[in-house]
Amino acid sequence: MAISSVARVGAMAALTALALTACSTGGTDAPGASGGDCAPSDGPVTLTFTSWLPGVEEAVAIWNEENPDIQVEVQTGPNGNGGTYQNFFNQLEAGNAPDLGQIEFDAMPNFRVQDGLENIAACEGILEAESQFVDWTWSQVTFGEEDAVYAIPQDTGPMAMFYRADLFEAAGIAVPTTWEEYEAAARQIREEGGYINNFSQSDINAFAGLVWQAGGEWFSNDADGWTVDMTVGESAQVAEYWQRMIEDDLVAKYPPWTDEWNAAYNSGELWTWVSAVWGANTIASGAPDTAGNWAVAPMPQWEAGASAAGNWGGSTTAVLKGSDHPYEAAQFALWLNTDADALTAMNRTANIYPATIEGADLPVFDEGVEFYGGQKIYEVFAEAGDNVDPDFTWGPTMTQVYNDVADGFSGVLAGNGTLLDALAAGQESTIAALEAASIPVKE
Amino acid sequence: MTATTASRASRTARRPAPARNGGIRESAVSRTIAMAVMVVATLYFLTPIWWLLVASTKTRADFTTTAPLWFADFALFDNLAALFDYRNAVFLRWLANSALYAGVGALFATLIAAMAGYAIAKYSFRGRETLFNVILGGVLVPATALALPLFLLFSQIGATNTIWAVFLPSLVSPFGVYLSRIYAAASVPDEIIEAARIDGAGEVRTFFTVATRMMAPALVTIFLFQFVAIWNNFFLPLIMLRDESLFPVTLGLYVWNTQVSQIPDIRALVIIGSLLSIIPLIITFLGLQRFWQSGLASGGLK
Repeated sequence: MAISSVARVGAMAALTALALTACSTGGTDAPGASGGDCAPSDGPVTLTFTSWLPGVEEAVAIWNEENPDIQVEVQTGPNGNGGTYQNFFNQLEAGNAPDLGQIEFDAMPNFRVQDGLENIAACEGILEAESQFVDWTWSQVTFGEEDAVYAIPQDTGPMAMFYRADLFEAAGIAVPTTWEEYEAAARQIREEGGYINNFSQSDINAFAGLVWQAGGEWFSNDADGWTVDMTVGESAQVAEYWQRMIEDDLVAKYPPWTDEWNAAYNSGELWTWVSAVWGANTIASGAPDTAGNWAVAPMPQWEAGASAAGNWGGSTTAVLKGSDHPYEAAQFALWLNTDADALTAMNRTANIYPATIEGADLPVFDEGVEFYGGQKIYEVFAEAGDNVDPDFTWGPTMTQVYNDVADGFSGVLAGNGTLLDALAAGQESTIAALEAASIPVKE
Repeated sequence: MTATTASRASRTARRPAPARNGGIRESAVSRTIAMAVMVVATLYFLTPIWWLLVASTKTRADFTTTAPLWFADFALFDNLAALFDYRNAVFLRWLANSALYAGVGALFATLIAAMAGYAIAKYSFRGRETLFNVILGGVLVPATALALPLFLLFSQIGATNTIWAVFLPSLVSPFGVYLSRIYAAASVPDEIIEAARIDGAGEVRTFFTVATRMMAPALVTIFLFQFVAIWNNFFLPLIMLRDESLFPVTLGLYVWNTQVSQIPDIRALVIIGSLLSIIPLIITFLGLQRFWQSGLASGGLK
C-alpha cells in the first residue's frame, strides 16, 4: 500500500505538470460554436466509450443487442480526476481519443476551453431532448451557448440532509429546516456529547454545493473572459457560517472517507450529513450498526420556507473532438442516459441517480429504503433536484481549485486562518492558474 | 522484502567488524542500539502489512466497527470468494497480466542488460565509454517522465492500449546494464574468455555458457529489481491502457479504489486484492534471495 500511495503522489505531480503544459499550449480562443451538420455514417460503425462507471457494460450490452450496426466498445480507467481526464487530454493531443467519454459537470468547462468536445446540437433529436432532463443539468452541457450541446447529462447528485431520526427524537431536538435552526441544534447536540456534522477539509465540491444552494457562484464568464468570485456574497456567507461552527467546536474535524470518519457515524457521534443522493449508500456501508435509525430531510434553508438545494457530483456522456461518427455517438449518448432499461442497469451496478425527469420515477426509486427506516428517501432527492439553481457555472480548472482550497481548509482545521482566507488564497491561485493557461480573466 | 532486508542487516550488524588480528567486538551498547533501530524499522514496515492482513479477514461491517489491528469474525474466504466473483474474476486476469508483464518482462530485460553490460565490459570498441555514459544517464531519468513521450510515440504506430505498450518499455533497464558491466568486469576473467575462444567456442556461446554462469548473482539481482519495478509500475499502464482485460493488478486496484465513493462495498475487494497483489512479490524475493545473498557475499570476497 505504501508503494502505491507513493506512486500516486508521483502520478499526481506528473499529472499537474502535464496539465499545465497542456493548457499553456492550448491557446486562448475556444473555436466558435458552429453546430455544423451531423450526418449518419455509411455502413456499420464501432464506437469507443470510456467510462469509469462500474458495470456500465451491462447497459451498453442492451444497446449493442438492439443496434447491430452501431456497436459500442467500453473502455475503462480510474475516475476523472484520478487520471481519466488527463488521459483524455493526452489522447486528444495524440488524435486517438475515444468517441465518447464520461465527463463530470465540474470538468466540462475544462474540456470546452481546451476544445475537446464535439458540438452535437445538429444531430438528430439532441436539441429536442432538452425537455427530458432536469432543468439545471441542461445549462451545464450547453454553457448557455445558442445551438450548442456538448454532452448529454447522465447522473446528478442533488443534496439533502441525512440525519439520525432516533437521536433527534430521543433528545427532543426538532429537525432543523433552516441553517439558523441547524446551528441552534448543533449547540444542543454538543451538550449531548455529539456533533451535528463533520466539516470536510477535502470535499471542496461539497462546499461548492452549499454555496450553490445559497445562490452563490464562484465562476462566471462572458465574451471578455472569466470572473472568479469566491470571497463575496453567498460564498462569504457560507464560509462565515461554517467558520463559526468550527470555532465554536460544533462540528467534528475527521478527514472524510476514512475509517475514523465512518466510525464516528457508526458510533452515533455524528448526527447529520448534508450530502448528495449517492451518500445514501456511503452511510449504509460505513455505519452498519445504525441501520434503520436514519432519515432524510431537505437541506436546511437560508430563508425559512424556501426550498433551494445544492448539487454535489454528477456526470455527462460527451462526444469527444475528432470522433469519426458524431451522429451515432450522439444517438448512443442520448439513449444511454434516457432509456429506462439503461438507467435501471446503471443504477443497479453503479448507484447512479439519473439526470432525466422520468428517471426519478423508475421503480427502484419508488421503494422505501430499510436503512432509512423504510422512508422513500428518493422523493426528497427528486424534489431537491428540481430546486437546484440552473445558473451555476464551474470554472475551467476545478481540479486545481479543489486542491488549493482543500490545502487552505486543512490549515483552517489545524487552527490557521479562516475559511474565507482559504477561499481568498484559492481565488488568487485560481486566477494565476487561469492566466498561466492563457485563459482570459477579468479583474 | 523489508523483512528480509532488515534481518540480513541485523545479521551483518552482529558480525564483528573486519579488523586486524583478533578483531574488536562491538560494545553491548552499540549492539543494543542497532537492534532497537532494527526492531523499530521492522515494526514500521510490517505494521501496514499486518493491518492489511487483518483487514482482509473482516466482514464489511466489522471493518469499520472493530479494532483495526486485531481480528474479528473470520471472513477471509468469503472475501476471497467475493473478489473472485466480482466482474467475472477480472482480478485473476489482472494478476496474470502482472505476472506476464513482470515475469517475462524482467526475464528479457535481464538478458538484454546482461548482454549489453558484458559487451561493454569485455569488448573494446570506439565510443564504448560514451555509450556507457549515455546509458548511465538513463538511470537518472525517472520512468514517470518518459510515460507521456512513450504514449505519443505508441500513438503514432497505433499501439496504445495493447500489451506491447506496457511490455516493450519494461525491457530496458539502464541500471541493469550498469550492474552487469561492473559485475562482468569483476567476476569474468579475461583468461577464461580467452580459454573458451581457444577451445573453439563462438562469442555467443562463450557468453551463454561461461559468462552468464559467473554473472549469475548479478543477473538474479537485476531480475529482482526489474520484476519489482514492473510489478509496481503504475503510471505507464495508467496512461497507455484503457481495456480492463489488459490492466496489471496495480492499475486495476487503483481504478477500483477511485470507485469507492460510488460503490462503498468495493472497498473490501480493494483490501483483499492488495493483500493478494503483494504475495507474488514476497514469494519472488524469498525464493531468489538465496542466490542474491551468495552473490553479494562472493562479490565481497574479491
